[in-house]
This record gives sequence, C-alpha cells and structure tokens, in this order.
Amino acid sequence: MSAEPTGRTHYLNADYGVKSWLLTIDHKRIAILYLISITVFFALGGLMAVLMRLELATPVGDMVQPDTYNRLFTMHGVLMVFFFLLPSIPAVLGNFLLPLMIGAKDLAFPKINLASWYIYSIGGLFTLWSMLHGGVDTGWTFYTPFSTAFSNTYVISTAVGVFITGFSSILTGLNFIVTIHRMRAPGLTWFRLPLFVWAHYATSLVMVLGTPVLAITIFLLGLERLFHIGIFDPALGGDPVLFQPMGWVYSHPAVYILVLPSMGVVSEIVTAFSRKRIFGYKFVAYASVAIAVLGFLVWGHHMFVSSQSPYAGVIFSFLSMLVAVPSAIKVFNWTATLYEGSISWDTPMLYALGFIGLFTIGGLTGVMLATLGIDIHVHDTYFVVAHFHYIMVGGALMGYLGGMHFWWPKITGRMYPIFWSKLSALVIFIGFNLTFLPQFLLGYLGMPRRYHAYPEDFQVLNVMSSAGASILGIGYLIPLVYFIWSMRYGKRAEDNPWDAFGLEWETSSPPPTHNFLETPTVSLEAYDYADREEKRRAAEVSASGAVEPG
Amino acid sequence: MSDHEQVTGVGAYVVVFLALMVLTSLTVGAAFVDLGPFNDVVALAIAFTKATLVVLIFMHVRHASRLTKITVVAGFLWLLILFGITLTDYFSRGFLG
Amino acid sequence: MSTSAEASRAGTPEIPDSKSRAWGLAHHFESFAQQQEASYLGMWLFLVQEIMFFGGLFLAYIVYRTGHPEAFTSGSHELDITLGGINTVVLIASSLTMALAVWAAQKGRSKGIVVFIILTILLGGVFLGIKTVEYSHKWHEHHVPGPHFEWDGPDAPHVQMFFNLYFAMTGLHALHMVVGMALLAVIAVWAWRGAFTKENHNLIEGIGLYWHFVDIVWIFLFPLLYLLGRNGV
Repeated sequence: MSAEPTGRTHYLNADYGVKSWLLTIDHKRIAILYLISITVFFALGGLMAVLMRLELATPVGDMVQPDTYNRLFTMHGVLMVFFFLLPSIPAVLGNFLLPLMIGAKDLAFPKINLASWYIYSIGGLFTLWSMLHGGVDTGWTFYTPFSTAFSNTYVISTAVGVFITGFSSILTGLNFIVTIHRMRAPGLTWFRLPLFVWAHYATSLVMVLGTPVLAITIFLLGLERLFHIGIFDPALGGDPVLFQPMGWVYSHPAVYILVLPSMGVVSEIVTAFSRKRIFGYKFVAYASVAIAVLGFLVWGHHMFVSSQSPYAGVIFSFLSMLVAVPSAIKVFNWTATLYEGSISWDTPMLYALGFIGLFTIGGLTGVMLATLGIDIHVHDTYFVVAHFHYIMVGGALMGYLGGMHFWWPKITGRMYPIFWSKLSALVIFIGFNLTFLPQFLLGYLGMPRRYHAYPEDFQVLNVMSSAGASILGIGYLIPLVYFIWSMRYGKRAEDNPWDAFGLEWETSSPPPTHNFLETPTVSLEAYDYADREEKRRAAEVSASGAVEPG
Repeated sequence: MSDHEQVTGVGAYVVVFLALMVLTSLTVGAAFVDLGPFNDVVALAIAFTKATLVVLIFMHVRHASRLTKITVVAGFLWLLILFGITLTDYFSRGFLG
Repeated sequence: MSTSAEASRAGTPEIPDSKSRAWGLAHHFESFAQQQEASYLGMWLFLVQEIMFFGGLFLAYIVYRTGHPEAFTSGSHELDITLGGINTVVLIASSLTMALAVWAAQKGRSKGIVVFIILTILLGGVFLGIKTVEYSHKWHEHHVPGPHFEWDGPDAPHVQMFFNLYFAMTGLHALHMVVGMALLAVIAVWAWRGAFTKENHNLIEGIGLYWHFVDIVWIFLFPLLYLLGRNGV
C-alpha cells in the first residue's frame, strides 16, 4: 500500500462495496462485522430486559402472560450470553487487536476467521427465527427434562442456533491460540506480551476445551427432543440430571470466556492511564491461565441442590473458592498499579475503574454462593441473578465498553465527544448499581428468580431495580449515538491519542490493511512507561544538545 | 510436523500397523478370558496403547515440537478431568445411603 | 515450482511483496516453516476440540455403564464381534494408507499421494459398508432405540440406553468418516493436479491427522461397545 500524502489508504478505505466486506479476510474488517452483529443482538437482548423490568415494576403480573415472561428471560439469556457476551470482546476487540498487538499481518487463519463470523451469523439467524416464531421458555441453560419432554416452544431451532454458534467460538479460540504461538513479531517474547493477549490466550483455551462439551450436550438434547432417543429421558433409562454437569462443564467456564478478556482490557487501560508498568506482570499473566484452568473444576456449584453428592458438593465448594485467589490477585495488582501512578480520568479509565469495583462485588458474592450453606438458602433467588449480572454486565460489559472507548480512535481513526462519553460511563455505573444492588437484597429476602409476579413487600426494591434499568438503558444509548456520530463528525484521532504503550499504537489510525508497513521488532518490556519516558527525555536532551552548539 | 528432517519411514508405519493388528487380536482374545474386574482394565490398557502408537507414529507426535506434545497431552488430560470430576459426584452419591 | 519455493526458503527469511512470494505461501506468513507450524498446531487444537466433543458421549457412556453394568453387558452381547473386529482391522489399515499418503507428500510424489488417498477412501467405504450391515441387523432385530425398540430380557430401558449410546457414538463416528472421505476425495483431485509440493502439503498432513483421530475414536469404541462384559459368558 503506497501512502499518499492527502488521503492515506487504510483498511477502511482500501476497498468499498458490500462484497469487499462480506468476503474480506482482513481481521480488522471481520471485527467490524462482528461489532455490527453483536450490537444488534445486544439491542434485542436489552429490549427483553426492558420488558421484564417493566413487568416487575408492579407486584401483579399485569403486563405480560406468565408464558411470555418465561420466553422473555430465556431469550434475554440466550441472546446476551451466546450472541453478545461470548463474542463481544474476543471477536470484536480481540479480532481487531491481537494481530496488531503482536506485530502480525493477520490472524493465523484469516479464512477460518471469516468463516467463524458466518457460522456465528447462521447460528444467530436460527435463534432469531425461533424468536420471531414465539421464542423458547426453558431458560438459557435448556435444562432437561423440561426442554426435552415438556416445553412446547422452539427449543430445537434455538438449540441449533447455539450449537452452530459454538463452533464459531471454537474456531476463534483456535485461531487466537495459533496466532499467539506462531505469529509474534521478533523480540516479542511471552513475558513482553500485553496482558490483553495473555487474557485472550487463556480465554481461547476455554473456548477450545469447553465449547465442544456443550455442543455434544445440545446435540444429544436435540436427538432426544426430535426422535425420542436421547439419553436424558427417565422413560428411556436416562438420568435427566446428567444434563446439568454436561451443560455446566462448558457453561461455567463460559463465564470466564466473558470476564477474562475484560480483565485483559482493564490491564491495558489501568497501565495506560496510570502511566506505570503493571504491578506484578507475571502474576497477572499467570492468573489469567489459572482462572481458565480452575474454571473447569468448579461447575458443581450449580448443582448443590440438584441431587449432587454432598461429598462432591464440598469439593466443588472448595474449588470454587479457589478461583477467587487468581481473581483477587488481579484486582490487587490493578489497585497496586494505580498506587503512585499519575492517573488521568479519561473515559476508558472510568470504565476500567468501574469494572474493578463491580467485579469485586460480583466476585465476593460469588464466594458467598460457593459456600454450601448460603447457596442452599439463596439458590435460584435474585441474589444469584444479581451476582452473575455483576460479573457479566459489571465485569464483562464494562470491560467491553472500556475497551471500545480505549481503541475506538484506533479502529475508526476518530475521537468521540469527551463530555458525553464520561457522562455515559457515569450513567451506566449509577444505573447498573441501582438495578442490581436491590436484587441482592431481594434475593436474600427470598424472592425467587424467573417469576413474573411477586408479593407486595418486594415492590420498593423492584421499583428501584426497574428505575435503575431505565437509567442503564439510557446509559447504553448514549455511546451508541456518539460512536455512530463520531464516525463522520468526530475529531480525527492521532496514531496514539492516549500516548499508550503497545504495538497497536505504533501503526497509524486506522491501521493499513496489513497492519504494519514493515514488521516491527520489540525490545522493550510491556508497559515500560518509565523507561520510555526516560528515553524520550534523553532523546530531547541530545537533540537540544546537538542543536545548541551549531 | 514441524521439521522436514524427520520423515518417518515406510518401515516404521508397517511395523506399527502390525503391532496394532497384534494388539487388536489380543484385546479380542482377552475379552473372552474371565479376569474379573481386570477385563475392563486390560481392554482399556490395550486401547490406550494402540491410541498412543497411532498418536506417536502415524500422527508424527514423536518428532513434533514440544508445543504439539503439550497440546496432545492437554487434550487427553482435560478429558480425564471431565471424567474424573463428574464421576466424583456420581460415585459418591450413594455414600450417605 | 519447487525451485522457487526452495529459493525463498533458503534465501532471505522475509518476503516483502506478493510477486516474489513462493506459490502457496499465504500473505501473512513469513515462511513455509511458519505456515506449516501454524497449520499443524491449528489442526491439533481442532482435534483437542474433537476429543472433548466425543468426550461428552464417552462420559455419558461411563456414567450409565457403571450404573447399569448388567443391562449394558446384555446389550453388547447383541453386537457382532466379528464384524466389529473386521472393521477395526479395516480402519487401522486405512490409517496406514493415510500415513503413507502423507509420507508420499513429504517425498513430493504426487502420484503416490493419489494412490494412497484412494486406498484410504476405499477402506473407509468398506468400513461404512460393514457398519451399514450391522445397523440393518439391529433394525431387523428391533434394537434401534425409539418406539420400535423391543427387548425380552430384564431392564429393557437401560438396554435401550446402551443402544442409544451405541448408535450415537458409532453414528457420530461414521459421520466423521463421511466428512473425512469427502475431504480426502477433494484432496486427491488436487494432488492429481499437482497442487502439493514438498514444502506445501499442510492440507494432506491436516486431513491425515483428522483421519487418524477418527481411527483412535474407533480404537476406544470397539472394546467399550463390543468387548466389555464378554467374559461373563
């Protein structure tokens, strides 16, 4: 690509037309395709949440039928988990940034990358089709025997959608692992990698190792529902509860697919806006892998009250608490990074700090839920709902938005309005807490999840939650508007608007099609802000020193 | 395979094939001998040996990079984790009577 | 074509623009070695995924078999050990021919690739043919799970569970073979046209790994489904 002085050629203007997008093998364009798709699914899933919160504003079930409510929370869960959160950071930011961060021209398998977007879209269409025909009411976990023998909704087509989408996740993970192993720029050793890359490596492990188990489980569920030859039906000699371990073997680690990339984003942002090397780089890096591995050993905590052996319950309880250790290491290390840093309060930093706070609450309530006695008390109550929303929304989504604000200038070459973006971070933080803090109380008081009506005693807290949800909804609309606005009217972004560290900032904004005009070499440790400042100062001194005598 | 230098020869493939044949007849034969609980053990041990031969020779893992070896081992290890941790639950369900 | 490829391998490691690039080297790789390592690792990761995919079924098998050993034993007595044994031999033989196809590719012998791949496909066909015979036996004996399932002995539901798992596991295995054979057929055509060189035969390596993996699945399925519990008679 020859750079012209007036209009520089980059990945966005290198080619025009629908075909150049739909047949692209450029990881950056595929990231944009994903961005558009997941935004659509997020909007749909959000709409379901709005309807639910509206229904729950009053104790009586007056707005929607109970059946409709069941479909609402199911479709909300399916869309948000499988079609928004799972692909959010990996498929959008990861896709865009991994090759840039490691100085590669593309992912290892660009065509597989494109294929994974198509697979994702086909799965999404199946799910949309079932939604339009009336949806599904099994809950996003598709528990048997309800899903196989009793539900008369569109279980099959939704399950097929989830099954297909799973393979897009597997292929993305596979692609990332190979890319990180084989495509790093010269000098970029493992311990010089940005922590975002480490986090994605750990995430990819979970994707490749966990997703297929869900795939086979859903496959068996489909067989049973379609042909009555499944393995979960007691009439056929099956054990319906076997579905739960097989499902959670993936679905619990899936939570780490959501939150690990977010942690990677936060590591990038916290260092960039504290202008410091991260505290305990290796601990944060290894903690990602530890979370990924331990994440496979804890799913039994979903089955404390579903006929699991009490001995296994004790083991799973212990293992679940163990995951808190690497998670806490990360939180402490981010906090320690802030200490004595020169902190600036740019929008990404607001989101990252929001993440740290909310994730901590989510994590600590997770330890509570891992405790056998407490879990039996609050099982299937709003306490659980609040807990996992603190992880999935307060954690994963805050990280995603933080990342979007951090790298938006790199992705589009434009800046978004500073005031509005800071406002959105604040509104989302307040709205989120107002929505979900009352739910902890509701759950502790005994309000079960998945009901469209409730006793009047719970109304005050429910109204708070619904009010928070509307604030949260507005909070999400603001970035949607200004991001789109900025693509045309935003100020042009510099190559490195945050003066941040990392290879992705060394190429132009937006990057050229092959990312770097020449393959970069790396000689510095990650986030070596101090050393870079020193070198800059030395360069200034020598430059001024060279000029003055002449 | 990561190295062009190490091309496994035809001889090795044929030897492995013959070994697999011997092991197959062995496992069929052993199935009809009453070894008590060890029938299952023998059958699985032979299957595991056969699989290892295929992985090492046919699939070139013997000469592959360390990374590939780790990947293969990790795959089977995760399978064992999946089995082990699930069976912990199923096998200990009766303990309380 | 191999000369230019060799020149680029022996020469500078970096290949700046697309015109001087060796045929078959994708734009984002620096060298054939890097490309090959990537594809080898990628294929192995795919197989790890496959291990976990089949793993779910094996897990269900273990749970149900340990729960109902008698029913599973009487179920496996209905399987034809001769046909299963012959199929094991056939499939392992196909693994041998597959390995030889990869060997031919490493030596750069296109004709050898074609011959060995066709042999592999034929052996795969024999396997599926025998499998079809077995399936049709089961159909006539009313041992296919579902509304037509019939079982005179005790614990019919769990015997049906055995056949459930038998059909799910062997069926999924057979499906993998069909996919593998289709891919092999495409590759045979490409090999016939000389698409593969000593440096660039990742596809054959990859499909070979896949084929061996399918073989390994059968190596476990055969004793688990056909052999366990035979000693009791």
